[in-house]
Amino acid sequence: MKAVSALGRVYLAALFLFIFAPIAASFVFSFNSDRFPTLPLGHFTTEWYARAFSRPEVWEAIRNSLIVAAATSVLSTFIGFATAYTDFRYGFRFKQAYLALALLPPTLPLVILGLAMLAWLSQVGLSGTLAGIIIAHVVLATPFAMAICRLRLNQIDPSLEAAAWNLGAGQWMAMRHVILPFCAPAILSALCLTAAVSFDEFVVAWFVSGLNRTVPVMILEILQGNVDPQINAIGTVVFLTSMTLVIAAQVLIFRKRRHE
Amino acid sequence: MRTSRPLDVYRLVWRLPLLVWQGAFFVVPLAFLAAMTFWLVQNYRMEPAFVLTNWQKTLGRSVFWDAYWLTLGRALLAGVLASVVAFPASYTLAFRMGDSARRFALMCLVVPFFTSFLVRAYAWQVILAEGGPVNAALGTIGLGPFTMLNSGFGAMVGYLTLVLPLVVIFQTWSLAAIDRSLIEAAGNLGASPGRVLVSVILPAARTGLVLGALFAFIMTFGDFVSPFYLGGSKPPTLTILIIDTTKSGQQWPRAAVVALMMIATLFAVAAAALRAAYGGRR
Repeated sequence: MKAVSALGRVYLAALFLFIFAPIAASFVFSFNSDRFPTLPLGHFTTEWYARAFSRPEVWEAIRNSLIVAAATSVLSTFIGFATAYTDFRYGFRFKQAYLALALLPPTLPLVILGLAMLAWLSQVGLSGTLAGIIIAHVVLATPFAMAICRLRLNQIDPSLEAAAWNLGAGQWMAMRHVILPFCAPAILSALCLTAAVSFDEFVVAWFVSGLNRTVPVMILEILQGNVDPQINAIGTVVFLTSMTLVIAAQVLIFRKRRHE
Repeated sequence: MRTSRPLDVYRLVWRLPLLVWQGAFFVVPLAFLAAMTFWLVQNYRMEPAFVLTNWQKTLGRSVFWDAYWLTLGRALLAGVLASVVAFPASYTLAFRMGDSARRFALMCLVVPFFTSFLVRAYAWQVILAEGGPVNAALGTIGLGPFTMLNSGFGAMVGYLTLVLPLVVIFQTWSLAAIDRSLIEAAGNLGASPGRVLVSVILPAARTGLVLGALFAFIMTFGDFVSPFYLGGSKPPTLTILIIDTTKSGQQWPRAAVVALMMIATLFAVAAAALRAAYGGRR
């Protein structure tokens, strides 16, 4: 049984290696002098970073990405929280359909959503604008915010809110002094996670962006040209950003709170 | 007759945002996508109409059906392959590791789900290249070089990178939830480990196993990065067909026909899988 267990751990390690190999490789290649990296590796260099970040269009893309991610994060977290609270607090007809609408969007292939968005936003004159990308990203990110807030609301004692009402607090007051403080970590977590969703999304953004490229869309367009190690440099920065956001989101929602 | 209630502003403030946003920017665009398939394209502009031309032209071409069966076949294969590859790892996580180690591993697996798949595919492009690190390593023991990119193999590497984390999470979650005394009882009654696996563990973990495979299918079916950057884009998958049709010219209605065929297929497969995951419970 011991041998089986050890074998299982080796297998697990190999699987993790496969999953994380591209992330690690991109990091290593970004500091490696070879244009076509192979074994043995070339020497250490920061040339690719210097080249990539001396391009004005890279900074333009970073600016666009930050605007889109920030707007998406705030909007989708608000909608996600409102939806989670509605599910927690109220029962109503068609609630199943309501929840399906809240959770389905990420299961639709992004290429299809991209095409639908492009066609629709062109009709209403919003295609090619940052607003168009934000609109689409909020659609995609809201379900994640909703899930996180709902998870948190699961842990609240429903009588807590009722107790506040009995003590004379209005609904708004109970929301502000009971529900919101209790959900604060989840809301912060959702803000981080939805920002990460937006920051990495390139399919829909590519369809609707026009000339307003975000970082991943720029990467996609560079990739259609040639092998270029600058991608590894930009990619490493993108990885570190989204990993920081996702880990922050997880720590916020899962960390053990002392006074609970 | 329903009794009419006074307008409850508080309730609406929390309920309406989702309905308004996902209604205006998810439901309506999808409805428009469907309507668009009946429109006409004239002088590079879409014009409202009700014609079946787009459906006939798209479904009448063999390139569509080749792409359809290729995409469906690959997605089914990826669903099965990812489930099989993930299972030993999920089993180890669920039964051979402590709670905190398992939680940590699962938290790690969530991370790649939210990191740029595009950059990861590019890294595979470099790793698997003719003169890349893998072939260099194989060369030192006298093997290769192998052509791994621009092939079904390359695409499958991409698909697995994309879906494995999620499949492991689903499987581990359902395996870890199995009542341990059930497994011990089967062992005490003389069932061999293989018998315990087939007759006790697999049925008990059915929901997670099927959902894992379903999500692997959905993600593979809709992915265009793996077939495009690692699979060489020829022959095209449905996603590549949509992009080509959209980006090169104004044939959006025909791309929309492909998209609707994909949605119909996803519905059918998801319905079958959900029945397999939850149905037949007594």
